[in-house]
Amino acid sequence: MSQAATTAGAAPAASVATSEQYNYAIIKRFAIAAILWGVFGMAAGVWIASQLAFPFLNFDIAQITFGRFRPVHTSAVIFGFGGNALFATSYYIVQRTCQTRLWSDSMASFTFYGWNLALILGVITYMMGITQGREYAEFNWQIDIIILVVWVAYFMVFLMTLLRRNQPHIYVANWFFMAFILATALLHVFNNIQVPVGLFHPHSYSIFSGVQDAMTQWWYGHNAVGFFLTAAFLGMMYYFVPKQAGRPIYSYKLSIIHFWALVFLYMWVGAHHLHWTALPDWVSTLAATFSILLLLPSWGGMINGIMTLSGAWDKLRTDPIMLFLITALAFYGMATFEGPMMSLKSVNALSHYTDWTVGHVHSGALGWVAMITFGSLYHLMPRLWNVNLYSLKLVYVHFFLATIGIVLYITAMWVAGIGQGLMLRAFDQYGNLAYTFTESVVFLHKPYVVRAIGGGFFLAGMLIMAFNIAMTVRSGIKAEAREAQAASAEARTA
Amino acid sequence: MKHESVETNAGLLIILTLAVISVGGLVEIVPLFYIDDTIEEVDGVRPYTPLEQRGRDIYVREGCYTCHSQMVRPFRDEMLRYGHYSLAAESQYDHPFQWGSKRTGPDLARVGGKYSNEWQVQHLIDPQSLVPESIMPGYPWLATTPLNYSDIEARMIALKRVGVPYSLTDEEYEANVERFGAEHARMFDIRDAEDNLVGQAQAENFDGNPGTITEMDAIVAYLQVLGTMVDFSEYDDGHFAEFR
Repeated sequence: MSQAATTAGAAPAASVATSEQYNYAIIKRFAIAAILWGVFGMAAGVWIASQLAFPFLNFDIAQITFGRFRPVHTSAVIFGFGGNALFATSYYIVQRTCQTRLWSDSMASFTFYGWNLALILGVITYMMGITQGREYAEFNWQIDIIILVVWVAYFMVFLMTLLRRNQPHIYVANWFFMAFILATALLHVFNNIQVPVGLFHPHSYSIFSGVQDAMTQWWYGHNAVGFFLTAAFLGMMYYFVPKQAGRPIYSYKLSIIHFWALVFLYMWVGAHHLHWTALPDWVSTLAATFSILLLLPSWGGMINGIMTLSGAWDKLRTDPIMLFLITALAFYGMATFEGPMMSLKSVNALSHYTDWTVGHVHSGALGWVAMITFGSLYHLMPRLWNVNLYSLKLVYVHFFLATIGIVLYITAMWVAGIGQGLMLRAFDQYGNLAYTFTESVVFLHKPYVVRAIGGGFFLAGMLIMAFNIAMTVRSGIKAEAREAQAASAEARTA
Repeated sequence: MKHESVETNAGLLIILTLAVISVGGLVEIVPLFYIDDTIEEVDGVRPYTPLEQRGRDIYVREGCYTCHSQMVRPFRDEMLRYGHYSLAAESQYDHPFQWGSKRTGPDLARVGGKYSNEWQVQHLIDPQSLVPESIMPGYPWLATTPLNYSDIEARMIALKRVGVPYSLTDEEYEANVERFGAEHARMFDIRDAEDNLVGQAQAENFDGNPGTITEMDAIVAYLQVLGTMVDFSEYDDGHFAEFR
């Protein structure tokens, strides 16, 4: 164990002088913000999951009812936890792989305050009932403008840093981050075209209506998954997996092919959220076809990541950070298999509108996004503060809590979703509906309790991580203070 | 061209990526605005009255779409449970659309007229008092909060800008009379918005409390009109299948 601690959690010796060479201060801020938003967002998730199991928890208080609090959960985990983690890792990776300092400290700093201000305003306004009523794009029009400005600044910082690189090649992780930045800008702008009620009025109406609005929203909605929660996290994967494994990425060619295929195909698949609706059939069929094709580049990424460990599989026995990274890729592979399957119209007829979809999202969000982030942050944090991780044992504890939590969560949702789907389409011997809707709600109670418990496990792991990182950071700050003291003492004697 | 030229040129990487990510949206979204069959030709679908629209705003505010869909699919079980499958035309004045993605509660696309106003009010205040197994939260504040309709004109003007045919001039009003009939056209005139809203709330008294116009009046007015605009008995079986 102690030996593992020195190999896996050790900071590179060269990082002493790096605070001059690289802007680490901004990465530290984003990384800590990611953990705080993770704790808050996951706690909000456990809360709303408990409300579904025990509805008295709504307490007749408007601000915390499920309908207003669900966007608090989704925005806090996607944009708070995921978003801050992406800012942190992309700023780290672009500096390390370009071997240059981040362009403009003040602009980078602006992205930090702007992004987190937008999120805090989002949480408050959701609870006040100010929302656009579009899933994952609930932020009202004023906050949308803040986000857009921050995003342009982010693009500038990233691009200008790329342009001053001391390396001829742009590393593959940065392609993914660039695609994520561009696609997110495109999606954010076109899905949030609104006409405000007044200049100082928080409310607005979307420019599109009905079927066109639905298509635009799900083009956005699925690519929030495709680019925010997939392409960008693949960027994370392409740096931290080879780093932690100490081996080069498995196949350079595969990374080229699956990058272009992934960014091309994802943009077509959003309409699989609208099968059998009033959306014309031709769009729905196109979306289903491209969803099946998308399996290939998704698995290309998974294979490229997992096979990087080829020849060093023993690391899974000694290194819990590697365990997080590889398990994340396994869940990525599983979720990207389940997704195309659910986008088949006949499967979707059963799964749509049920908890199966919720389970699918979480096998991606918890299994892939959160796990790859945990692994990356455990790798990153000790290096930022130039210390060893406080406890590798707690990383193991976190890993098992998280894994148990995910398994409970997604199996409960399979049972709930498939069960409810089958009940609602069942007929009795006379050709009447076999169950009322209410009977299916009664059936959902037990899976909902299990899901809330699964979420609780996952949250417990997150809290342990927060503790572990806090202790690591504390020792880092202490060491810095000691060094500063020694340096000044030396200066005095000299 | 070798891939190396993309890897060594950030500008090229950006341009190619933008090109590649634009195709899907262009092919799938843009035609929806130009293909006539996308929205069925059907009589009866009309914009919301000021009171109904305020009810819709409250529906959005409370996040009802997080648990209720408004989109009946063309399956036998859904037809038996909810009614005729939803048409694109029926949500053509919905800014934003509220088709939803999850049915923790039942679909609401055709809930209008299914229950009495009294049932809706009681159910919104305390769902478990009517459906003991329900897991829906209570919304008692809707019955006690007076409806804010001071900005109704501004709201309707914004909706007019995004394409809802509310009228601001006599000309537009006449066009609405032609299209929707005099009774409806009157309700769609922005110049009379406040009077119309108050008038409808007082005439129909959705919340059973004649003294004040509450948020409950508005949301029940909205729920009661959902899915009731098209008279499906006027159309042959299979008529709408042509548009799918």
